[in-house]
Amino acid sequence: MSDTMTQAAGLSFELSEEAQSVREMVRDFAESEIRPIAAQIDETNEFPAENVKKMAELGLLGMFVPEEFGGAGMTYLAYVVAIEELSRVCASHGVIASVNNSLVCYPLMTYASPEQKKKWLEPLAKGEKLGAYCLTEPNAGSNAANQQTTAVLDGDHWVLNGSKIFITNAGPADVLITYATTDKALGPKGISAFIVDASTAGVRKGKKEHKLGIHASDTREIYYENARVPKDCLFGEFNKGYTVALATLGGGRIGIAAQALGIAQASVEAAVKYANEREQFDKKIGEFDAIRHMLADSVVELDLARAFVYQAAWLRDQGRQHTKEASLAKWHASEAATKCANWAIQVHGGYGYMSEYHVERYWRDARICEIYEGTTEVQKMVVAAQVLKEHAVKA
Amino acid sequence: MNLDLTEEQIQIRDTVRELCQNEFASHAEKWDREDDVPRWAVDKLAELGLLGMAVPEEFGGLGSDLRTTVIVIEEIARVSAALAILFAVHNSVGAYPIYEFGTDEQRKRWLPRLTSTDMGAFSLSEPASGSDASALLATAVKDGDHYVLNGSKNWITNGMHAWTFLVFARTGGPGPKGISAFILERDTPGLTVGKCEDKMGLRGSHTVTISLDDVRVPEICRLGPENEGFKIALSALDKGRIGVAAQALGVMQAAFGEAARYAQQRQAFGGPLSKIQAVQFKLAEMERRVQGAKLLIQKAAWLKDTGQPCTRAAAVAKLYATEAATWVTHQAIQVHGGYGYVKEYPVERYYRDVRVMEIYEGTSEIQRLVIARSALKDGVGV
Repeated sequence: MSDTMTQAAGLSFELSEEAQSVREMVRDFAESEIRPIAAQIDETNEFPAENVKKMAELGLLGMFVPEEFGGAGMTYLAYVVAIEELSRVCASHGVIASVNNSLVCYPLMTYASPEQKKKWLEPLAKGEKLGAYCLTEPNAGSNAANQQTTAVLDGDHWVLNGSKIFITNAGPADVLITYATTDKALGPKGISAFIVDASTAGVRKGKKEHKLGIHASDTREIYYENARVPKDCLFGEFNKGYTVALATLGGGRIGIAAQALGIAQASVEAAVKYANEREQFDKKIGEFDAIRHMLADSVVELDLARAFVYQAAWLRDQGRQHTKEASLAKWHASEAATKCANWAIQVHGGYGYMSEYHVERYWRDARICEIYEGTTEVQKMVVAAQVLKEHAVKA
Repeated sequence: MNLDLTEEQIQIRDTVRELCQNEFASHAEKWDREDDVPRWAVDKLAELGLLGMAVPEEFGGLGSDLRTTVIVIEEIARVSAALAILFAVHNSVGAYPIYEFGTDEQRKRWLPRLTSTDMGAFSLSEPASGSDASALLATAVKDGDHYVLNGSKNWITNGMHAWTFLVFARTGGPGPKGISAFILERDTPGLTVGKCEDKMGLRGSHTVTISLDDVRVPEICRLGPENEGFKIALSALDKGRIGVAAQALGVMQAAFGEAARYAQQRQAFGGPLSKIQAVQFKLAEMERRVQGAKLLIQKAAWLKDTGQPCTRAAAVAKLYATEAATWVTHQAIQVHGGYGYVKEYPVERYYRDVRVMEIYEGTSEIQRLVIARSALKDGVGV
């Protein structure tokens, strides 16, 4: 649609038919296939391998990848709706899909060569293979530029040494998007991005981490011990890997915001339902102002999270600048999820503290959204830098 | 999904922005200090046709949708919240209800002046009924083909200069179903405009009481059917709330702009304040609220303009934007330090001006009630 046509159409918050049908499809899938096991896999920390295969069949693992590379060729808006709907039932499913889409498919689709796309992107977008994103290190968290992992060229191979931590999808991953420093002296400008086959000799996966939430997501350390990968596994430009990392996280942020939105949605639905059922002092607890205020504040947080997330996705689909909006979406939606889940527990009282009512799971799952793919503090730094640019006072 | 303004909306916004910058900006501080938005400011709005925003062209208005109206409110509020409330009240509850609920005869009688030169006011609140508006005590007793009104009304914005007052009075039994609406002209015998309130903020806007002592008006002054006046009051509420949210948005944008500017100019600890993380994070927090309020207002206005239910969305926008405005203006003072507390800088005025927005057109507590009731009844499905 041309820009003038969009303008003539005027303001609209109505989602495209594509996004609406994605919502319907993913909701059906989540209700029938995820709902029955969500509490159980939270309890057992089990990675939902069967459901990941089904998500692949539905095209949910390469949603915005063009069809020629095995993806579903959809908009970013449709993608965030899918992540929202998965996370509404199980946030672990949400992050598994989000990582493969945002952090693995996106950089390959944008920076890899046609040959690399054919070889690596296609099976990842189809979900025949699963990917993980290996940027964070024990000493490179928010300051991701402080990469200690090294890659040294030796004949036709890059030799990788170092370790990565908090890697989502690590256990089942077939492909590891890995960042390593290729010129230590250049700092952030000496980092390159690599496609690493997880079965490469010298690549070792650590034990599963014990986490507060998102238990069914498989998180581990990855070790590179003289791991030799073919020369053509470097993607994007040599020493320009940090640009790839930043661009990737820019989109990933919206995916995590959508995950948080789904958790917030589930929390508010649960709180409203319970407030309509539970009676104390001879009336429904939803008739007390104290409860109503928690519900009202939840609705405000939720509505705004949704508006922020869809706005960021819409801007991205339009090919417009959205750095600030993506950070606002991630920041607000993740805090909204924590708040809404917390209020949902409070509305449930003692029952909310028991796993039977799920809201305690939502609360545990929500908490990580304020941390990964850029902590709230990092999002504030991004927003502040943007607004100071927008409101720059000429000296 | 489309969050862009139309060409026409951009044009109106830019025209109003220019008017506000060129004609009003340098006076806003004086209006606050002297408790008076002068008549010439209203005349400037009238010149652009802005006294008839929503009223259709055939009755002298511009026929704008709500989205466009709230853009204008926001623009005016960036410069003067007092002028913005004057504009908003006149348009949404002064003039428009006469179009929406009036007969053609009533429209022809009052709208030409209300869309071109004169101001309208809205008189629902009474000394003893605020949030619980349907408990009002003013009475209107039928006497032949006339009504005789008695009672007192307060918190009437625009009251000092208004030509018409849309007055709600009891014609039947207790509760909302015994209330009728009347259009009273200023010079009607028995209608006395009382004192101008001494307010914390919005000082340029005149807020008055009126008393009705055997005010005798012909039947044509009754707007809508007898005993169905409360619906008129309620119908204006959703739009009114979105409008208040837009006022809050305008002021908080002004406050944020001042804070961002000051943070870059003020030197402390060997550099500008804007290099200090605590200040940067305040600016980020302010921006989140500004952008958040903007989105929620857009959403509510879109629902209203497309004829979808918007009561919950209007309450969400009003609640969020007004609380955000209090927070943002408070923090704008904080960024300014001591200078923020003195009248040389506008941020203390912004802070005083926005506080009432959490109160009028339904307090924050009423908004929470509206939102929660709606969620409990209709759920929160997408």
